[in-house]
Amino acid sequence: MTTNQNDTGVSEDAVAKVADEAVDGLARETEGLSQGQIVRKRFMHNTPAVIAVFVLVFVVLLSLTSIGFGPVPGWWQWGFTEQPPVQNGGRPTLSLTGLGDHPFGQDNLGRDLFAMTMRGTQMTLLVMVLVGVLTGIIGVVIGAASGYFRGWTEAILMRLTDIIIIIPLLILAAVLGRMAITYVDTGVLRVAALGVLIGLFAWTALARLVRAEIMSLREREFVDAARLAGASDVRIIFKHILPNSVGVITVNLTLLLAAAVLLETALSYLGLGVQPPDWSLGRLISANQQAFTTRPWLFWFPGLFIILICLAINFIGDGLRDAFDPRQKKFNPRKAKETDAHMLDETDAVTADAARSGADRDGNAPGPTKPA
Amino acid sequence: MLGYVIRRLAIAVVILFASSFLVYILAAYAGDPLEDLRQSRDPNREALIAQRTAALNLDVPPVLRYFLWLRGAIGCVVPFGATCDLGTSLQGFEVTELLSRAIAQTVLLVTAATILSIVIGIALGIISALRQYSGLDYGVTFMAFLFFSLPVFWVAVLLKEFGAIRFNDFLAEASFSPVAIVLAGIVVGLVVYGASYGTTRTRVLVSGGAAATTMVLMLGIGASGWLRTPFLGIPGILLVGGLISVGVTFLIAGFRNKRALYSGLTAVGVAAIVYFPIQSVLGDDASWLLIAGLGVVTLIVGAVIGYAFGGYDRSQNIRIGALSAFFAGGLVLLDRFMQSWPQYVGHPRIRNRPISTVGSSTPGFDEGFWLSGIDTMTHLILPTAALMLVALAGYSRYSRASMLEIMNMDYIRTARAKGASERSVVMRHAFRNALIPLATLIAFDIGALIGGAVITENVFAFTGMGQLFIQALVIVDLNPLMGVFLVTGILAMVFNLVADLLYSVLDPRVRVKA
Repeated sequence: MTTNQNDTGVSEDAVAKVADEAVDGLARETEGLSQGQIVRKRFMHNTPAVIAVFVLVFVVLLSLTSIGFGPVPGWWQWGFTEQPPVQNGGRPTLSLTGLGDHPFGQDNLGRDLFAMTMRGTQMTLLVMVLVGVLTGIIGVVIGAASGYFRGWTEAILMRLTDIIIIIPLLILAAVLGRMAITYVDTGVLRVAALGVLIGLFAWTALARLVRAEIMSLREREFVDAARLAGASDVRIIFKHILPNSVGVITVNLTLLLAAAVLLETALSYLGLGVQPPDWSLGRLISANQQAFTTRPWLFWFPGLFIILICLAINFIGDGLRDAFDPRQKKFNPRKAKETDAHMLDETDAVTADAARSGADRDGNAPGPTKPA
Repeated sequence: MLGYVIRRLAIAVVILFASSFLVYILAAYAGDPLEDLRQSRDPNREALIAQRTAALNLDVPPVLRYFLWLRGAIGCVVPFGATCDLGTSLQGFEVTELLSRAIAQTVLLVTAATILSIVIGIALGIISALRQYSGLDYGVTFMAFLFFSLPVFWVAVLLKEFGAIRFNDFLAEASFSPVAIVLAGIVVGLVVYGASYGTTRTRVLVSGGAAATTMVLMLGIGASGWLRTPFLGIPGILLVGGLISVGVTFLIAGFRNKRALYSGLTAVGVAAIVYFPIQSVLGDDASWLLIAGLGVVTLIVGAVIGYAFGGYDRSQNIRIGALSAFFAGGLVLLDRFMQSWPQYVGHPRIRNRPISTVGSSTPGFDEGFWLSGIDTMTHLILPTAALMLVALAGYSRYSRASMLEIMNMDYIRTARAKGASERSVVMRHAFRNALIPLATLIAFDIGALIGGAVITENVFAFTGMGQLFIQALVIVDLNPLMGVFLVTGILAMVFNLVADLLYSVLDPRVRVKA
C-alpha cells in the first residue's frame, strides 16, 4: 500500500508506464496512508455524503439541544406537552428572518409543533441507535462465529438465522412493538424497549453478510500466518479478520439504520410503536393526517424530518460504500469527456459499480429494505 | 434437481415449524386476548370470559397451545387427507374464511403495482445505465434515493390529498392553467434532453419537439373536455397503437426488418377495422373470462399476421405481430372502458368524484361489468401508485447495477467488434443477461408482497392480509395472526426456492447441488 510504483525501478519499463495509469494514480493517491486515512479521504471527496453528514449532525444536535433531553433543559421556549394559546390559527411562523413564536405552527390544542417534532425526532433517533448498536453487535458476533468456526456452530447459528429471517420484519416488529406496549409503562423506557426488542431480532441479514465475508477471509494467508504465530481464535477474529470486513459491516449497518427509522415511524403510524402522550415522527403524522386540509403544516414538517434523516443516512451509506471499495477510483465525468483516456476511466468506474452490485446481490438491497 | 428440491422443501418445513412456534410464543405473550372483556361492565362478564377461554383454549399455556393450533394447521400444509383448520377469531369467524377473503383483496392490490413497478423500474434502470453519468442518470439515482427514504404512509396520505381530493376538484373543470402547461412542457423537455443522445443540436430539437407536443396535447385535452368524456376512437387507436408498434419493432427487430414493421402495423390496422364489430361483443354482459378469451384470440391473430408476412426471420415477425395486436386490443378495451366513464362519473353513488381513497370498491355498487370495472380501477389507482413508488426505486437501482456489469463484459465487446448494431448489442446481448439476477429478486419480492402491504392497506382501508394481521395483533387474536404468518411464511419459502431454481435455469453456469 505504501510503495509507489515509480520508486521501485520497474518504472523504467515503458510497458508498465503505459499499462496502468489507473494503478499509478491509485498508488499516488494512497501513498503513505493508513487504511482509515484512505477511506476518510475518499469519503471527504464525496460531496453529497459530506453534506449528508452535516445534515444528520445538525438534525441530531437540533433535536437534542432544542427541547433538552431527560433532566437537561433545552433552549426552546415550549415543551412538547405545553398548550399555549393558539395564535393566528396555528400557522407556522418560520421565515427567513427568524423562527418566530411557533416556527412549525401549532395544532388545534395549541401545542407547539416544533417541540413535538423535536421530541419525535429524539424518539425516532433513540430507536435507531438502539437497533443499530444491538444489530451491529449480535450480527457481527453471530456472523463471525458461524463463518469462522464452521461445523456445528455454523449449522446451529445459521438455522437460527433462517428461522428468524423468514418472518417479515414489519410483522415481527409489530409483534415486538405490541409486547413493549403491554409490558413497559413509562414513555421513554417503552420506546427504548421497542428499540431493544427490534434490535434483538433484526440482525439476521447482517449476520449472513458477515459470515460470507469471513468465510472468504479465513482462507487467506495472513490468517494462516497469525495462527502459526500462536494467536488464539478470538484474537484472529477480532484483530485480523474483522478489521478487513469493516467496510461490509459499516455500509450495511448504515443502510439498516435508515430502514430502522422507516420501521419505527411505520410502527408508530400503525399505533404499535411510540404511544401517547409521547411523540414519534410517525405518530405525529398519523395523529395529524385528518387535519391535512385545515392545517397542512402539521403533516408536512414531521414527514420532512423523516425524509431528511433517511436521505442523509442513505447518502452517507452510499458514500461509505464508495470509500471502502478499493477498486473504486474517483470519477470525474467532465474530465473523462475532455481527455482521450475516456475509455480507461469509464471502464474503471464501471468495474467499481459492478463490484458494488455484486456486493448488493449477496446482501441487502442497494438501499434499505423498507416496509410497504 | 428433484433431490435438491425435495431436500430444500424438507428443510423449509422444519424451519417453518420453528419460526411459527417463535411467532406464536411471541404473539401469545404480547398481550391479553381477554383485555376487552376484563374491562367491560357487562353483568355476565365472567361467563363471557369463560366462554372465550374455552373456545380458544386460553387456559392452556401458550407453549402447549401452539401444538393444539398446529394439529389443525398441519391439515393446511399437508396436501391430502387432513382437513384445514386454523381455528376461529375472537369474534368467532373461521380463520380460513377470513384469510381467503383477505388474500383475494391483497392479490388485487399488489398485482398491478408489482407488474408496473417491475416494468418501469427496469426500464428506468436500463436507460440510466446506458446513459451513465448523464443528467438523466443522476436524476434517476437521486429519485431512487428519495423514494428509498420516503415513508410509505406519508406518501399515501399525500396521494389521497392530491391524487384524489384535489384531482376530483380538478376534474370538475378539467382544463389546465397556462402555468401548468408550460411547466409540464419544460419538465418533459428536460427529461427527453437527458435521455436523448447525439449532438447538442439534435438533442435540443428532439426535446423541444417533445415539449411542444406535450403542451399542444394538454391544450387540446383542456379545450375539448377530453378528461370528462375520454375516448380513443379509431384515430386514437391507429395513432397510439401505431406508435407502440413502431416502438416494439425498434426494440425487437430494428427498422431494417421491414416485414416486421409491416406485420406490427397491419395488426394495429386489423384492430381498427374490427373496432365497430367488436363493440357488440363487449356489451353489458361481458366478463373477465370473455376479455381473456378475446385476448388469446388477439394474440393468435397477431401471430398469424406476422407469419403471413414471412421473410428470413419469421419468429420475429410473429412476436411483433402478436405484441402489436395485444397492445392494440388493449387500446380497444381501454376505449370501451372510456365510453362508460361519463356514465360512471355521473352516477348518483359517485357524484362526480371518481377517484376514491378508501376500500377496494364502492359498497353495494353493482352496475354491470364496465361500470364496476371502472369502480375497481378508481379504487386501486392510488394504493397502486403508493406501492409502486416503494418498489420502483429498488428495481431501478438493481437493473442499473446489473446492466452496467453486463455492459462491461468481454462478450459485449466481442459483439460490438463483430459489427452488431447497438440495438442488437443492448437488447440481445446485454438486456437479457441483465435480467437474470433480477428474476431471482422479483421472485423473492412477490413472495414478500403477498404477505401484505401492511401500511398501504392500512392507509387506504383495504381489508387485505396486512389489515387482518394488524387488527388481530392489536387485540392479541392469535389464530388470524398465525394464519397470516403461515401464508406469508410458506410463500416466502416457496418463492425463495423458485428464485434459486430460476437462477440455475437462466444461468447455466450456476448449478444446484443435486
